[in-house]
Amino acid sequence: MSEQTPLIRAENLTCVFDVSKPWLNRVIERRERQFLTAARNVTFDIPKGKTFALVGESGSGKSTIGKMAVGLLRPTSGKVTVDGTDLFGALKASSASALRRRIQMIFQSPYASLNPRWRVGDIIAEPIRAFGLASGDAVGARVTELLEQVGLAENDGQKYPHEFSGGQRQRIAIARALASNPEFIVCDEPTSALDVSVQSQVLNLMKDLQRDLGLTYLFISHDLSVVRYMADQIGVLYLGQLVETANREDLFNNPQHPYTRMLMDAAPRIDAFGRTADAVKGEIPDPITPPPGCPFHPRCPLVDNRCKTEVPKPFQTGETNVACHAAEEGRGRPEAA
Amino acid sequence: MADTQPKGAAPRPVFSGAVSPKSRLQRWADSDIWYSFKRSPVTIVATTVFFMLIAGALLAPLLSPYTPFDPGSLNLMNGFTEPMAANAFTGDYFLLGTDDQGRDVLSTILFGLRISLFVGITAVLFAMTLGITLGLIAGYIGGWLDGLIMRIADIQLTFPSIMVAMLLYGIGKGLIPPALRDEMAIWVLIVSIGLSEWVQFARTVRGATLVEREKEYVQAAHLIGLSKWSIMLRHILPNVAGPILVIATISLALAIIAEATLSFLGVGAPKTQPSLGTLINVGRQFILSGEWWILLFPSLTLLALALSVNLLGDWLRDVLNPKLR
Amino acid sequence: MSTLPVLSISDLIVEFPTRRGVLRPVDRVGFDIARGEILGVVGESGAGKSMCGSAIVGLIDRPGRITGGEIRLSGERIDTLSQEKMRRIRGKRIGMVFQDPLTSLNPLMRVGDQIVETIRTHLPVSEHEARRRAVAALEEVGIPAASTRIDSYPHQFSGGMRQRVVIALALAAEPELIIADEPTTALDVSVQAQIMALLKRLCRDRGTAVMLITHDMGVIAESTDRVAVLYAGRLAEIGPTRDVLSSPRHPYTIGLMASTPSPTGGADRLSQIPGAMPNLRAIPPGCAFNPRCTKAFGPCTSELPVLKPVGRNEVACWLFDDALTGNPNKAEENA
Repeated sequence: MSEQTPLIRAENLTCVFDVSKPWLNRVIERRERQFLTAARNVTFDIPKGKTFALVGESGSGKSTIGKMAVGLLRPTSGKVTVDGTDLFGALKASSASALRRRIQMIFQSPYASLNPRWRVGDIIAEPIRAFGLASGDAVGARVTELLEQVGLAENDGQKYPHEFSGGQRQRIAIARALASNPEFIVCDEPTSALDVSVQSQVLNLMKDLQRDLGLTYLFISHDLSVVRYMADQIGVLYLGQLVETANREDLFNNPQHPYTRMLMDAAPRIDAFGRTADAVKGEIPDPITPPPGCPFHPRCPLVDNRCKTEVPKPFQTGETNVACHAAEEGRGRPEAA
Repeated sequence: MADTQPKGAAPRPVFSGAVSPKSRLQRWADSDIWYSFKRSPVTIVATTVFFMLIAGALLAPLLSPYTPFDPGSLNLMNGFTEPMAANAFTGDYFLLGTDDQGRDVLSTILFGLRISLFVGITAVLFAMTLGITLGLIAGYIGGWLDGLIMRIADIQLTFPSIMVAMLLYGIGKGLIPPALRDEMAIWVLIVSIGLSEWVQFARTVRGATLVEREKEYVQAAHLIGLSKWSIMLRHILPNVAGPILVIATISLALAIIAEATLSFLGVGAPKTQPSLGTLINVGRQFILSGEWWILLFPSLTLLALALSVNLLGDWLRDVLNPKLR
Repeated sequence: MSTLPVLSISDLIVEFPTRRGVLRPVDRVGFDIARGEILGVVGESGAGKSMCGSAIVGLIDRPGRITGGEIRLSGERIDTLSQEKMRRIRGKRIGMVFQDPLTSLNPLMRVGDQIVETIRTHLPVSEHEARRRAVAALEEVGIPAASTRIDSYPHQFSGGMRQRVVIALALAAEPELIIADEPTTALDVSVQAQIMALLKRLCRDRGTAVMLITHDMGVIAESTDRVAVLYAGRLAEIGPTRDVLSSPRHPYTIGLMASTPSPTGGADRLSQIPGAMPNLRAIPPGCAFNPRCTKAFGPCTSELPVLKPVGRNEVACWLFDDALTGNPNKAEENA
């Protein structure tokens, strides 16, 4: 897709959770073991300095993929490579901390992501100390630098997280993520808990930092309008599978998968006065018992018999990668306006 | 809507700075805990009583008018002196009277309080250390270790804790050579009571740990490669400290009463180092012959101690539980 | 349309006494909602929008209370009613839909029984008739196989279906007013679109007035007739949705609209409002927005602005005070 060598490469990431009830319940209630496939054969590349966004609704597996990409969760199969190094192989080796330093994460909740008993300065200093990046007075100087970098003041380091608003806390979380001089940051819905006026501050800050520090982002969101602002490449997830991967312009101007089109259509628009969106029927199926064939077929307006039985394989059209029988066959394609 | 801001020169507002960080003392004076304390007369009284009793125990050698356990200074002629009276034969004055041996009741109470509080506090510290460690392991590491620890806790909970303490005390005494028994009695007592009280700590810590470990700050600590122990002690423990403090206070009252019960039954503190329980047991023998003070004053002291600790515990539980506020 | 508005609020004040002083989550808020009208109430978290809704139905948590203004339901004053009388009004004359459907549903009762109970509490009908109506209500909100699903428990429904049940329950006693507090915030976009379409259709059909509380400007644009913008407990701007959103007057509304990322827009950089909404404990004197406002001048930091008509909107901002500013906005008005 890109001429650059990717910094991050996810290959066939699959994650299966055992969600069975305890053994005794299974025996008494005569239930089988149950498995939830949170991610299935997810593959993507992120070139250095770019943002790849994963978009999906609840149960799409986007957070699971984010956790696998930073090494918090071991994939059932498939692998993540950072600059050609296998992440999970390296985490076991003695040189793990060299790799860890390069990967950080910004979390969704600005309330749960900061230890309430620690001073902000200590929270930000922790990665610096853990990786041995500075010692003595240099730690404090680095903390001040980071605080200022995210728009906070030096003496904010002496305060506790509860003294800050949601947006300020998210700035602190960003400062902590930057503390180890990472190259790759996974951002898991970093603004979904924030108000719009504060959301734009945080998104702008993240974009500025990316430009200044050459950061690479994996940006996870359910909000297409935020993704449109942040991402270079976008992957649309449905029930743990990437149904469409495309660059920003192609995805928004020429969406291929019916689910992508539905997502765009259903999102409320601030300029569509009195519009009643053509709501797609049905809801996201239970991921423990996904439908056979294409996971989207029970809700898809273009469904036919092939969709109900055969899992669509991703295929390339232009720079877009789609997994849809209808798109492949050119069935029901809306004429480009 | 046109973008009105110049590109590249994004304003980075500095949000704070007007409010300077507060000192520890300011934080405390401003805190809800201090506010709630000031507004609760019962808690103020309970705290005062508790600290007076602690002071009495600590300063027992200075405060006691007599040295009750020095056989050389005892005079049998002083036996059964009434409170607030001078002995008819020796002319010695006793505020709370004397027992059959002529020991000053006030002095025995001060020294007894020392033993009771020492045993109670040490036993709770022991139970706390054990319970917190096992609770953190059960909650954070989980798996079969969790199952094992919690099943042991469940089994222990099916017996009354005083029974567990008596059983352990018996086993402990049996294991110690007879020559050391009196010397080691206090320590055996502490371990027995401690082992009978750890379950509450372990369960509470495990429950709180299960909540905390899912929080994102713990994942952030994982990301920088901190070890499990480091995460448990540095990150999780401070956040489960509130409930531990409440349980510790309530356990202290329970431990003091357990010690008194064991000593009253004659299996606790030895006669040479009498605790409040031992003193009550001694006083029990004289209640029917009219020497009421030998029983009454140690009992009142025990009551004041247990009640003040319990009231403190109740208040702490209310003030540290956000749901009740 | 009848002459009386269904809901009429004027100068409503809600106060919470705390040990650090009295907080005012709602400060002199006033608006009307006509029959069949959907009024959007928008604002950031802590702006007082949910507190307004709670005040109307008399469900403010203690020690908070209404300390000023009045609330009228079809002309009848309801803020002074007893707890018991308010209980009768809730459910019968005012229906409620909350963000979390489980707060409105009893987990131990079959959904049908809950609807039947609501109908029979408020309407004089037989058990059999009430049940027939309950099935009809569930069918109307799009529950498939309503006649069998009526005997299910709330946990047996998905999130979207539960919210449909709540809407059926809220409409069961044919109320005059529905208060919907972030009804779709917990739902996925596709389900959100379904629920909003449903709420709009049902209320239009019955002429029910709706107060739709949300933080989502997109939902406001697509679903409401008029919109009230709250900031720090005060009304900043109110007017027809199209006017407020496409030609906002208050600097806060302007900033809010500009910082909302649009799925159709493609700005390289989002516009942002500096700072954050003040904490209720530290509301600045004068206009609460003045520390974040790029146009703040003389009176903004000392005098409280009052609502004034500007075009078709009403705006609480000193910029629109003719006497003070030499009327710089008239030219824009005429353009």
